[in-house]
Amino acid sequence: MHMRRNILKYVGAGLVVSSSLAFASISQAADMPGVTDTEIKIGNIAPYSGPASAYSTIAKTISAYFDKVNEEGGINGRKVNFLSYDDGYSPPKAVEQARKLVESDEALLIFQSLGTPSNSAIEKYMNMKKVPQLLVATGATKFGDPENFPWTMGWQPNYQSEGIIYGRWIAAEMPDAKIAVMYQNDDFGKDLLNGLKTGLGDKADMVIAEASYEVAEPVVDSQVVKLKASGADVFISFSTPKFAAQGIKKAHEIGWDATQIVANVSNSVGAVLTPAGLEASEGLISTAYLKDMQDPQWADDQGVKDWNAFMDKYYADGDKLSSFTTYGYSVAQTMVHILEQAGDDLTRENVLKQAASMKDVTLPLFLPGMSMNTSDTDYFPIEQMQLMKFNGERWENFGEIISGEVGGN
Amino acid sequence: MELLAQQLITGIATGGIYACMALAVVMIYQAIHHLNFAQGEMAMFSTFIAWQMLAWGVPYWLVIPLTVALSFVGGVAIERLVIRPLGDAPVLSHIVVFIGLFAIINSLAGFIWDFTIKPFPSPFGEGSQFGGLISNHQIGMIAVTMAVLVMLFLFFQYTRVGLAMRAAAENPASARLVGIRVGWMIALGWGMASAIGAIAGILIAPIVFLEPNMMLSILLYGFAGAVLGGLTSPTGAVFGGFMVGIIENLAGTYIPEIGGELKLPIALFLIVTVLVFKPTGLFGRTVVQRV
Amino acid sequence: MSVNTTTTDGSQAATGSAGSVKAVSLPKPAAASSNAKIMRTAGIVLLIMGLAAPFMAGNFLIFQLTMMLIYGIAILGLNILTGINGQFSLGHGAFYAVGAYTAAIMMDQFGVGYLWTLPVAGIICFIVGFLFGLPALRLEGVYLALATFALAVVTPQLFKLSPFEHWTSGVMGIVISKPEAPFGLPLNPDQWLYFLTLAIGLLAYVCARNLVASRTGRALMAIRDNPIAAGSMGVNTALFKSLAFGVSALYTGVAGALGAIVVQYISPDSFTFTLSVALVVGLVVGGVGWLPGALFGGAFIMFVPNIAEELSKGLSGAVYGAIMILMMYAIPTGLGGLLKAALTALSKRSKTR
Repeated sequence: MHMRRNILKYVGAGLVVSSSLAFASISQAADMPGVTDTEIKIGNIAPYSGPASAYSTIAKTISAYFDKVNEEGGINGRKVNFLSYDDGYSPPKAVEQARKLVESDEALLIFQSLGTPSNSAIEKYMNMKKVPQLLVATGATKFGDPENFPWTMGWQPNYQSEGIIYGRWIAAEMPDAKIAVMYQNDDFGKDLLNGLKTGLGDKADMVIAEASYEVAEPVVDSQVVKLKASGADVFISFSTPKFAAQGIKKAHEIGWDATQIVANVSNSVGAVLTPAGLEASEGLISTAYLKDMQDPQWADDQGVKDWNAFMDKYYADGDKLSSFTTYGYSVAQTMVHILEQAGDDLTRENVLKQAASMKDVTLPLFLPGMSMNTSDTDYFPIEQMQLMKFNGERWENFGEIISGEVGGN
Repeated sequence: MELLAQQLITGIATGGIYACMALAVVMIYQAIHHLNFAQGEMAMFSTFIAWQMLAWGVPYWLVIPLTVALSFVGGVAIERLVIRPLGDAPVLSHIVVFIGLFAIINSLAGFIWDFTIKPFPSPFGEGSQFGGLISNHQIGMIAVTMAVLVMLFLFFQYTRVGLAMRAAAENPASARLVGIRVGWMIALGWGMASAIGAIAGILIAPIVFLEPNMMLSILLYGFAGAVLGGLTSPTGAVFGGFMVGIIENLAGTYIPEIGGELKLPIALFLIVTVLVFKPTGLFGRTVVQRV
Repeated sequence: MSVNTTTTDGSQAATGSAGSVKAVSLPKPAAASSNAKIMRTAGIVLLIMGLAAPFMAGNFLIFQLTMMLIYGIAILGLNILTGINGQFSLGHGAFYAVGAYTAAIMMDQFGVGYLWTLPVAGIICFIVGFLFGLPALRLEGVYLALATFALAVVTPQLFKLSPFEHWTSGVMGIVISKPEAPFGLPLNPDQWLYFLTLAIGLLAYVCARNLVASRTGRALMAIRDNPIAAGSMGVNTALFKSLAFGVSALYTGVAGALGAIVVQYISPDSFTFTLSVALVVGLVVGGVGWLPGALFGGAFIMFVPNIAEELSKGLSGAVYGAIMILMMYAIPTGLGGLLKAALTALSKRSKTR
């Protein structure tokens, strides 16, 4: 009896599978895939599970922002249907989810897919299918290559230009410095390190010590102690938030009196400097393109007030300390801008064209004087950054707004 | 020479983290003769509970015993509710359940408390010794680890419950015959392992910062330390934990070019090498198998 | 498909499972003939469905089914080691990675045709597995589990090591082109890769069955059931255990190579320890020691996470974990164990009737 019932179950399951197969094969061609009179389907891939799940805050913020957009009437009357899938930061899973979004859900485009490995994995597929892969969430320089991959575009300043900015600044301001670098052993850390050396130019030998760490390591004490022993007087930390905080704390504990630089991803007052200790963070140098919400100088800024109102209403359980929320908010605004520009012509071609023709677009959370520009040959929307120094309480911007020069060629 | 001394001290400080976790690993192994892959996550969850109580304004001296007690209850509950229904299912099925627990706890913690790193205050205050190489907290952590070790030793050697627990784990059938309630011994083991895990989590969080994934790699190092020392020996586990910390740091500092990138692989390679020559670890007992 | 059942079942039932790994042994020969009929019919139905699927499904689903088969092949390899020989491995993702990198580097650096990379990946993984099996001989149970787990953690790091970057492209990974169907077959690339994987999967399955039925297979199972007794009966335990590691790695390595070709991209992040853990989950859910269970295991690790994600995005991990645990309550010995119990019940009933 048992067996017979089981067989029935299998046969049943088989029927379900084959009928769903048949169903899946029905797909219609449309001029504007993912778009109806009332809806725009936007795909997204983010790590909701796995070791990189911290980054899922970005996608959650974006989702909340589209809720706000929809509640306020949508984009040119169309509501955004934001389909965000989990890839667990695994490239094979990212490929699967991208194919699901493109072939099964028929999304108009994929927006803010996260991570260099995942984006590398789907880049070729997206370009073959001619589906826009817009404003990807990584600063790897490779995602601004309109000649080979015209359907793929980045958003944030790329890591290499950020490294160049630090290199040039040190070469100009502290020509006799001895530099020690701690970096994360992945594309992010290595791109920054390469940029730094490019920026130093013929003075690249100023870097006297390097130490890498793996994301799997619990602490980086050993690296910091080793770098201090090199006798360097500039300590650069190209690390993600947790390790940056550990590095700042440790350097302070062992009394390393060096000029410290932290990468842009790790300069949040709330999420990095406070855990590391504000006293230990005094004198830190970094770069920025967005306003820091914990920074009292922006307390009365309209953009910041709007952001606060947004967070309270649409993402109340989100962490305001996390810089991922400002990032997600701003990149979602960029997406909305592009779609608004495209008007009613929401073909993939036209959306891409709009993305590639931004002229002096500015966002409420940008630092004053910054804007986004793109063209057929320039796929790096944000290329400007400003240096800043932490005074123990808040960041103080100094110097001009600097343009990185990797993009556009 | 100075660098060597510095790295040794740093290695001991880092090794303290691993030793602490290794002790919890050995505890559960003593009780169930399995490695619990969800143990790190359980410790992380306990630490979040402590953090939450601190955030609600509960005084520190009350938070620690409360957390440890809650974790003990939680551990017993997991054994009774999740593990017990499995009965005598094969070992690998148990492993899958541990993996399932891992996924559940990790996902829940992220859902409730988010993934932003959170500073966790140290019970031993700020400040440091040896020119900052080892913080007061780390010294306190090593002291607590040692104290727990001594208590465990006494517990397993001299108390009736401790002896009964060992008997239940090593030979359940015979233990049952002499009147030991094997089922409850196992539950007790889970509770104690969970409580020690909570202590480990509270001690580790001030160093690595609190976040749902904080135990991911520490558990691996804890396993490595416990295996190096011998899974049957709490002393060995603590010793193994320190060794792993020291080996790792020295490899990272002194092996040119690839040393930094291969800190973890080199440490693991050494451990596997030790195991090949001494399959039950440095302090472990050799088990004679009957045909 | 079931020709050999009688022999394997006989030997398994005779020795029983006293080893640390409890394997599923199918029922005794008496009931085998009618059960074999059922199994054969089920197999044929599955095969027909497998052959028809690509003509009814969209490319996305074909891709998913291909990945399912690939994981199935990898789990089949793991099953040979754990189910047949009784050795744990929490590190088979490492062999999958070696296979994938072998294929990718051969195609990327030397322009070798993708089909040629499969045997090479298999051979290299066999050697790596065999060599790893040698020190592993000294380790048992949890210690072996730990050593293999270490292997899974370490391997991705080795692939991004700077001295090898010239070959592996380090953390940036390698992009591979998708092969077209040969001989002008009227198939699109997804369909072609599906059939290729299906063919390799079938071949792998048949080889595994024959291995189990052979002298070697009996030696492997004798070692699983009682290594000391097997040794005293003249089985060269060391050789056979290493051999099991090698063969197992070969299977998983071929799966890795296929995976690289189908996904068209590899990087160290593709092969974290999560992959190894997933393979173990697939093995247990399918049934340790029951070879066809690998297919079910592959389906489980391919599709259940997606179902979990549908149910709850924020808690998808928790849902997946809960499904795993419930699965273990329902079928603690996997699908293989369930079938065994069902078949036993059926044969008892037919006997009493």
